[in-house]
Amino acid sequence: MTTSPDTVDSTTAAGGRLRTVLSAGERPARATAVSATLTHLWRAMMAFKHFPVQLIDIVLMPLIFLLMFTYLFGGAFADSTEEYLQFYLPGVTVQAVVMMTVYTGTSLNTDIHKGIFDRFRTLPFWQPATLAGSLLGDVLRYVVALATTVSLGLLLGFRPDGGFLGVLAAVLVLIVFGFSVSWIFAALGVVASEPERVSGTSMIVLYPLLFMSNIFVMPETMPGWMQAVVDANPMSHAATASRELMHGTAGFWDVGLVLCVSAGLVAVFAPLTMRLYRNKNAH
Amino acid sequence: MNTQPTWAIETSGLVKVYNGTRAVDGLDLSVPTGLVYGILGPNGSGKSTTIRMLATLLRPDGGTARVFGHDVTDEPDTVRRRISVTGQYASVDEGLTGTENLVMMGRLQGYSWARARERAAELIDGFGLGDARDRLLKTYSGGMRRRLDIAASIVVTPDLLFLDEPTTGLDPRSRNQVWDIVRALVNAGTTVLLTTQYLDEADQLADRVAVIDHGRMIAEGTTGELKSSLGSNVLRLRLHDARSRAEAERLLSAELGVTVHRDSDPAALTARIDDPRQAMRALAELSRTPLEVRSFSLGQSSLDEVFLALTGHPAEDRHAEETAEEERAA
Ligand SMILES: Nc1ncnc2c1ncn2[C@@H]1O[C@H](COP(=O)(O)OP(=O)(O)OP(=O)(O)O)[C@@H](O)[C@H]1O
Ligand SMILES: [Mg+2]
Repeated sequence: MTTSPDTVDSTTAAGGRLRTVLSAGERPARATAVSATLTHLWRAMMAFKHFPVQLIDIVLMPLIFLLMFTYLFGGAFADSTEEYLQFYLPGVTVQAVVMMTVYTGTSLNTDIHKGIFDRFRTLPFWQPATLAGSLLGDVLRYVVALATTVSLGLLLGFRPDGGFLGVLAAVLVLIVFGFSVSWIFAALGVVASEPERVSGTSMIVLYPLLFMSNIFVMPETMPGWMQAVVDANPMSHAATASRELMHGTAGFWDVGLVLCVSAGLVAVFAPLTMRLYRNKNAH
Repeated sequence: MNTQPTWAIETSGLVKVYNGTRAVDGLDLSVPTGLVYGILGPNGSGKSTTIRMLATLLRPDGGTARVFGHDVTDEPDTVRRRISVTGQYASVDEGLTGTENLVMMGRLQGYSWARARERAAELIDGFGLGDARDRLLKTYSGGMRRRLDIAASIVVTPDLLFLDEPTTGLDPRSRNQVWDIVRALVNAGTTVLLTTQYLDEADQLADRVAVIDHGRMIAEGTTGELKSSLGSNVLRLRLHDARSRAEAERLLSAELGVTVHRDSDPAALTARIDDPRQAMRALAELSRTPLEVRSFSLGQSSLDEVFLALTGHPAEDRHAEETAEEERAA
C-alpha cells in the first residue's frame, strides 16, 4: 500500500497520543445496580433531548380522543358536552397513559436489536438495569401525555373539584399505574421478533380492555355479564381512582386497589421480563 | 496479576449450529496472551459467530471456550470484566453524541460521572474526534464511527479486546489509524483477537493467524509460517485471448513444474512458485510462442490464493470487494 508522508506523520502522531489515553491498569469497581439503572435512565433522557419531536406523536392520540369523544358522543352519553367532559377527562388520562405503554414495548423491541445492546450485554453490570432504565425513561412520556391532556381539558372547561392537589395526586397514581402496565408490554417487546408484532398484539388486547371499562360510560346500561367484566377490569379501577382524586371524592380503597394492582403487575411482569431478556442473550 | 494463565483464549471443539448448518464446526483455538491473533476467513466462514460465543453473546451448541481460564457459559460475568468487543456492525448508540456514548460506557463500568466525562474527553481527543464530540453518532462517517466504537471498547482498557473486521470499508488512512490503535493497545499489554478478510491486514498486525473456512480451522501459525507453507511467490498471468488459456496452462506447468490454477477470470492463470527465477524462465519461454500475454505480476499470495491452496476453492465475494477497495484507495 502506498501512503503519502503526511498520512504517515499524522497516524504516528495519533498513535503517540493514543498511548497516553489508555487507562493502563485502572479498573473501577463494578457499577451498582442503582447507578447502572440511572445511567440507562440518563441515556433515555438524552435521546429525548436530541429528538424531542417524538413527544408530539405521543400527545396527539389522547388529544384526538378527548376532542372526538367529548364533542361527538358527549351530548349523547350525558346531558351536555360540558358535563360529559367532567366525567370523561379523568378517564381519558388513563387511556393516554396506557396507550403510551405500548410505545414502551415497541421502542424497546426496536432498541434491543440495535448494535449498542450487544455492547451492553458484554459489560459487567446488573443486566436488568437496561430494561429498568428505559422503562423509567418512558415515565417522561406519561408525564407529557398527562400534562397535555389535562391542560387541554382545562381549556375546554374541565373543572376538577379536587383542585390542583387532586389532579396532581391522580397524575401520580396514573404514572405508577402506567409504569406497572408498561412491564407487560416490555415483556412482549423482549420476545417479539419485530416491533409491528408488539403493537399489533398490544392493540388487540388493549382496545377491548379500554372500551370494556368505565372510561367512556358507566356500566349501568350494560348487560349483567358485561358489567361484571367492566367491574373486574383494572382500567376501570384506574379510571375510578383518577375520577375520584380529581373530583375530590377519593376513597382510600379505590386508590389503594389501583396501587395494589400496580404492585402486582410489577411483581409478576418485571421478573418475567428480566428473565426473558436474560435468556434472549443466551442464544 | 501473577496467576495469569498463558492462554487468553482456549476453545475445544467449539460448535454453533444455525438451522442445521454448522456455522462454527469444532473449532480448537489457543490464543496466547499479549499478542495480536488474527482469524482470517471469507464471508460466512464463522468469524463473527466465533467472536460472539467468546464474548458471551451467544451460547455455544457444543465444545468449550475459556477466556483467561474462565468458561464463557459458566462464568460470563467474570469473563465480561476482562473483555471488550467491537462488533462487525457499529455497537454504538446512534441517538447519542460521541461524548455521551463514551460517558455512558464509563458509567456502566463503574466510573463516577466526573471520571467518566474525563475519560470520554481524553478518548475523543486521542482518537481525533474532537470536532465531532457533540454530534450525534448518526451523523458520523463510517471511519469516525469505527474509531468511536473502538474508543468505547477501551474506556477501561480490557485484558482482551475482540475486533470483528475492524477495517472493512475503511479508507487506507483510517485503516492505518485503526492499526495504530491496535499496536498501542498491545504495547500496553492487551491481547487482541481480530477477524479480517485481508491477508495484508493479518500480515501487518497479527503475530499468529488462524485461517478458517466453513467454521473449521484449515491452517494456523505465524504469518511467516503460513506463507512459507504456501510457497513464497505467486505468478499471475493474464492472456490476451481466453481461448489460448489451455495451451498457456500446459506450457507454464511444464516449465514451472507446479500446478497452474485457472482463475475465475477466463483469461487468467496463477501459479505458486518458490523462486522468482523460475517465473522469469517460464515467461521467456512463453514469449517465444504466439500466445499473447496482456499482463503479468509476481507477488505474495492474496487471500484468494491462500484459500485456493488450503481449500481448493476460492474465497467468494473477495474479488468484488477488493476491486471496490482499490478504487477507493486510488
Ligand atoms: N443469526 C443467524 N441465524 C442463522 N444463521 C446465521 C446467523 N448468524 C450467522 N449465521 C450463519 O452462520 C454462518 C457464519 O456466519 P458469520 O456471521 O459467523 O460469518 P463471518 O465469517 O463473520 O462472515 P462475514 O465475513 O460475512 O462477516 C453463515 O453461514 C451465516 O449465514
Ligand atoms: Mg462477520
